Amino acid sequence: MTTVETRLTEFADNNEKPVGYGRMLRKEDPRLIRGQGNYVDDLNLPGMLHLAILRSPVAHARIKSIDTTAAAALEGVVAIVTGADLAEKGLAWMPTLSNDVQAVLATDKVRFQGQEVAFAIAKSRYIARDAIELINVDYEILPPVVDVRKALDPDAAVIRDDLKGKTNNHCFDWETGDAAATQAVFDRADVVVSEEIVYPRVHPAPMETCGAVALFDAVEGQLTLWSTTQAPHAHRTVYALVSGLPEHKIRVISPDIGGGFGNKVPIYPGYVCAIVAALVTGKPVKWMEDRSENLSSTGFARDYIMKGEIAATKDGKILAVRTHVLADHGAFNGTAAPVKYPAGFFGVFTGSYDLEAAYCSMTAVYTNKAPGGVAYACSFRITEAVYLIERMVDCLAYDLKMDPAELRLKNFIKPEQFPYTTKTGWVYDSGEYERGMRLAMELAGYDELRKEQEEKRARGELMGIGISFFTEAVGAGPRKDMDILGLGMADGCELRIHPTGKAVLRLSVKSQGQGHETTFAQIVAEEIGIPPSDIQVLEGDTDNTPFGLGTYGSRSTPVSGAAAALVARKVRDKAQIIASGMLEVSVADLEWEKGSFHVKGDPSKSVTIQEIAFKSYGAGDLPEGIEGGLEAQICYNPSNLTYPFGAYICVVDIDPGTAQVKVRRFIAVDDCGTRINEMIIEGQVHGGLTDGVGMALMEMIAFDEDGNCLGASLMDYLIPTALEVPDWETGHTVTPSPHHPIGAKGIGESATVGSPPAIVNAVVDALKPFGIRHADMPLTPSRVWETMQGRHVPSI
Amino acid sequence: MQVPAPFQYARATTVDHAIELLNEGGDSARIVAGGHSLLPMMKLRLANFDTLIDINGLHDELGYVRQEGSEIRIGAMTRHRELLESDLLATAFPIFRDAEHVIADPIVRNRGTLGGSLCQADPSEDLSAVCTTLDASCVIRGRDGERVVSMEDFHRGPYETAVGDAEILVEIRIPVRPGGSSAYFKVERRAGDWAVASSGAAVWMSGGVITDARVGLAAVGPNTTGIPAISEALRGQTPSEELFAQAGALAAQACSPAVDLRGTVAYKRHLADELTRRALRKSVERINGQGA
Ligand SMILES: Cc1cc2nc3c(=O)[nH]c(=O)nc-3n(C[C@H](O)[C@H](O)[C@H](O)COP(=O)(O)OP(=O)(O)OC[C@H]3O[C@@H](n4cnc5c(N)ncnc54)[C@H](O)[C@@H]3O)c2cc1C
Repeated sequence: MTTVETRLTEFADNNEKPVGYGRMLRKEDPRLIRGQGNYVDDLNLPGMLHLAILRSPVAHARIKSIDTTAAAALEGVVAIVTGADLAEKGLAWMPTLSNDVQAVLATDKVRFQGQEVAFAIAKSRYIARDAIELINVDYEILPPVVDVRKALDPDAAVIRDDLKGKTNNHCFDWETGDAAATQAVFDRADVVVSEEIVYPRVHPAPMETCGAVALFDAVEGQLTLWSTTQAPHAHRTVYALVSGLPEHKIRVISPDIGGGFGNKVPIYPGYVCAIVAALVTGKPVKWMEDRSENLSSTGFARDYIMKGEIAATKDGKILAVRTHVLADHGAFNGTAAPVKYPAGFFGVFTGSYDLEAAYCSMTAVYTNKAPGGVAYACSFRITEAVYLIERMVDCLAYDLKMDPAELRLKNFIKPEQFPYTTKTGWVYDSGEYERGMRLAMELAGYDELRKEQEEKRARGELMGIGISFFTEAVGAGPRKDMDILGLGMADGCELRIHPTGKAVLRLSVKSQGQGHETTFAQIVAEEIGIPPSDIQVLEGDTDNTPFGLGTYGSRSTPVSGAAAALVARKVRDKAQIIASGMLEVSVADLEWEKGSFHVKGDPSKSVTIQEIAFKSYGAGDLPEGIEGGLEAQICYNPSNLTYPFGAYICVVDIDPGTAQVKVRRFIAVDDCGTRINEMIIEGQVHGGLTDGVGMALMEMIAFDEDGNCLGASLMDYLIPTALEVPDWETGHTVTPSPHHPIGAKGIGESATVGSPPAIVNAVVDALKPFGIRHADMPLTPSRVWETMQGRHVPSI
Repeated sequence: MQVPAPFQYARATTVDHAIELLNEGGDSARIVAGGHSLLPMMKLRLANFDTLIDINGLHDELGYVRQEGSEIRIGAMTRHRELLESDLLATAFPIFRDAEHVIADPIVRNRGTLGGSLCQADPSEDLSAVCTTLDASCVIRGRDGERVVSMEDFHRGPYETAVGDAEILVEIRIPVRPGGSSAYFKVERRAGDWAVASSGAAVWMSGGVITDARVGLAAVGPNTTGIPAISEALRGQTPSEELFAQAGALAAQACSPAVDLRGTVAYKRHLADELTRRALRKSVERINGQGA
């Protein structure tokens, strides 16, 4: 019988080894899976008040008046705050991550259903919620702009009349690639295929909603904000800029986070309201949004209508890709993307293929919907880009009557072409695409699957095989190109070895469940030979960690992971000098073996890293010029992004009678370069694939014609369960990144990016007997059935 | 966390006590059984009541499945999970287990009750369709005693039933007739979701001929509906694919679905047809001893 104790030793055992990369249980899990995590909502400070936000019931309206009398009179209410109150303090508006502005509380108009209008501060969460029901707002309803295709119509209501001189709903235009060169290639191509592809609005829906606890110490002038943020340092700087509080008097603490997926990158009005409430009342104030608020008001993802065109020779050489995108940015442009990249990294829509030309133009518009455009494995829009190209390649295969695997194999960028500069200017660092593709086909038994499909088709059964091959661009990013609100995207990192040889690593990123405490301990362990269990990883507290831009866009391992390896090497270099003193040989005569230095040719003369650590703090002289202690700090500025890739194959069966899609198999071969912890990588892949099933088959934030959000609960916004997903079959190849210190590329979003096209391609493949070349997500039974009836653009 | 508006709470100790409390509370009092329909509405503040009368203490009194003569009687507080696990029900009416397998999730099934499901009168409620299919009757008790109403009379419209303000549904009675079996089919977008459409069927046969048949649909009209035309068309016939197709077509005709995120009108009508065929086919197979 296994007792709890013996299981604990198993954990411990597993935790000791490996000293470096390899499979090990996550250090954070004993805490998280026993309910001992510490989330924002777990925090209860003495005298703490609660805040609830009144939100707009309508999508577009002018606020004529707000009457707070009844609410203020409710017993237990401390204060009611409106937009007008904030305007007096100059806090009614705040900057977004895309240099737009967003209302903290609406003053003039409400611009989406769910927008923040006022808030109540009360003695309990219940009273605060009761109080906002008593606030009386008189709205003058305005026509809403809901259909993105009509947003630029001359008679469309102007949403952003707060912006000077704004007379339409245009948000921005953007282009990349060479229009003329692309046109020239299209002119001479044998085959041109075009298709309109919609990536609907989806929501990250993290299990933990957003929230904050704000505490203002009036004596010290110190603000402490516990908040659900993936980017604590960036948030602190923005708070300093907005509130006028000096940055050193602001401490942002991001405790355990229950999932982010990009949803917790932006600064939400609720955080600012909590800060204001703490300043106004002098008491700690908690704001925790509920599920409906999270789904209807916080950062969504996607919402791109993409007209795709692909040009090829008749024997299947892809020549060029062109697209025009209509992007719905909601009421405020809250996209989290580096300043020079308003469409994120959508420029990688050229995919994994060696092309002659490519061009994209984009028009982004405002609509009366929640702002965002960041999240769900925010991926900086690579999800959309990969979906576009992988869907278009399948459309081409359909028209050419070619096998989609064969078509891809024919067009891959070849290993010897790396580093490969795409026609839109991205420098792919390394890749061996054919190897990954062939491995996936082998794991899937691709040829047998096609045979099975043929037999089933003959019997009228609907089976589909879908392929996607993706290349991501992650790890933003080089300072020369990338900043968010003027903040460069380099990451600091500090490592200190204590006298007894235990270590603490301080990072600027912030795990939302990805296992940073384990992965980063393993990175350091690999470099200096201290077991991961002896390395404490600290993050999420701006007072105790170095500056950096946070965790999103799969950037933690590519950027902070590099920083962790380099800071460990810096410590090791110092340790080597100290060791040379201890062993009385020159530095050059020492050899490193994980965890100790020994004299070349004489392994018996050695000192361990622990002994060196003790010496560094201990008695006696150190080699000349060497300070005591064993610690280092660096700031890592990546020279390029890293480019993970993967080959995914999905097998679906469709019930011809009910049109229900069953994902029968899913084979995912990923290449994220050097693999640090296989188990964590697999976990990230499993989660992302499940996301993909959600987006492909069921998830969508829909609106009715009045702009009412139809996805504001988890009964309406569906997220897949274990019953909708197959046993994932994973495999991998390893193509290290040449410029990353340990060759790692990042895995956080690969599966979310790569799986939707594989699933949709499989469904469309299953529907081939119906003459179907494309169908839009989410492929609910109703949509699939409508598609089978030949109704190509079914609304639902 | 979503929090409801303030309300009073009382815990009933007997059915009569519950009826007393209802009489005191008037129309602003509500019974809470499993709470899985009522509480979400209150937390979303779509509904609010001054008083909740908790009848979970009545599970001993109202939680049972038993055979009495030619009827199976089920107490209103019988939980989904108990319905799912009842071998008596599974043998007499396999439709119950079919349906319970696709109602919500284990957490909801552990708490939600038969009485709550019927009284909620949501047009998508699966157990309403099951009871309609099985020609169940509902026993309602008030201060003045008990009355028994048929399923047709029980549902008055969406979210409306024959249960008065100071009354409580105590029992469901289902006639057991020889030579019968039943089945339930549902299409949902995801496990735990409400039906896009579902269809239940019950068939009785003698000597290879259908002596009676009933079909009940959910989520394709203002209430779950039985379709007399199908019963008429099937009686006296030998089962065949053509016959099932005819019944399916009648089901599609008889229903009146509305478009929503779950599906288009055309699709739901199609499902009414397709699932009715499947449920009839399965019922007949079961009578003939084929298939579980
Ligand atoms: C996530 C989720 C998924 C679900 N999915 C499905 C599904 O797929 N199919 C399905 O059919 N259902 C589904 N349900 C509903 C579930 O079956 C509920 O449990 C059921 O609808 C109500 O039962 P309850 O006991 O919880 O009733 P309650 O919520 O307690 O009560 C519902 C209503 O009935 C009244 N009431 C309850 N008992 C009595 C009584 N004895 N006499 C008079 N009035 C009474 C109450 O006053 C209230 O108005 C789902 C629910 C949830 C939360």
